[in-house]
Amino acid sequence: MDKYFVYLGVLLTVIILIPLYRIVRGPTLFDRMLGAGAVGTKTMVLILTIGFIFDRVDMFIDITLAYAVLNFIGTIAIAKYLLTLKSRGKP
Amino acid sequence: MTFQFLVANVVVTAGAFFLLVGSIGLVRLPDFYTRAHATGKSDTLGVILVTLGLVIHEGLTLNSAKIALILAFVGLTNPTATHALTRAAIRFGLKPWFRKDDAEGKEG
Repeated sequence: MDKYFVYLGVLLTVIILIPLYRIVRGPTLFDRMLGAGAVGTKTMVLILTIGFIFDRVDMFIDITLAYAVLNFIGTIAIAKYLLTLKSRGKP
Repeated sequence: MTFQFLVANVVVTAGAFFLLVGSIGLVRLPDFYTRAHATGKSDTLGVILVTLGLVIHEGLTLNSAKIALILAFVGLTNPTATHALTRAAIRFGLKPWFRKDDAEGKEG
């Protein structure tokens, strides 16, 4: 049973590594922000899985909640800031 | 392995599959809006399925109630964040992608 969560953690790590390509060479700023949000969402699931691996779910759940709130607030703040920018020819 | 753990494993694996599909769509699709489409819906469904499977695995405790709270929070906030980012892109003036040989596609 513990082996299953170890395999799930490895799979989630591979899944997290894929959007880093979009963060490094996204054509626009919005692509990079979208990739950062996707990485944050998947990292949340990875933290929860690590809590199940080490059998300390009660501690890792609070970390996951704080991470979810921070990820959401960060994306909303960047979006509200980008609403104030105007297009200057090329984005 | 009891029936409860088997159901939990199947649901969690389905959620990991949807997370993988969201990641591949974020890399392979041609435009910001299509990428937002991929990561806004697939990731939300994947996180919801993984947390639902962990709730099934945990049983009926305080921890599973907290994980269900995470489920509800992600289901509310992840589409909201994607929508806010897409609205900022539209106000910014980011052009959608068209096919090259399309009649109205000059951008390429």
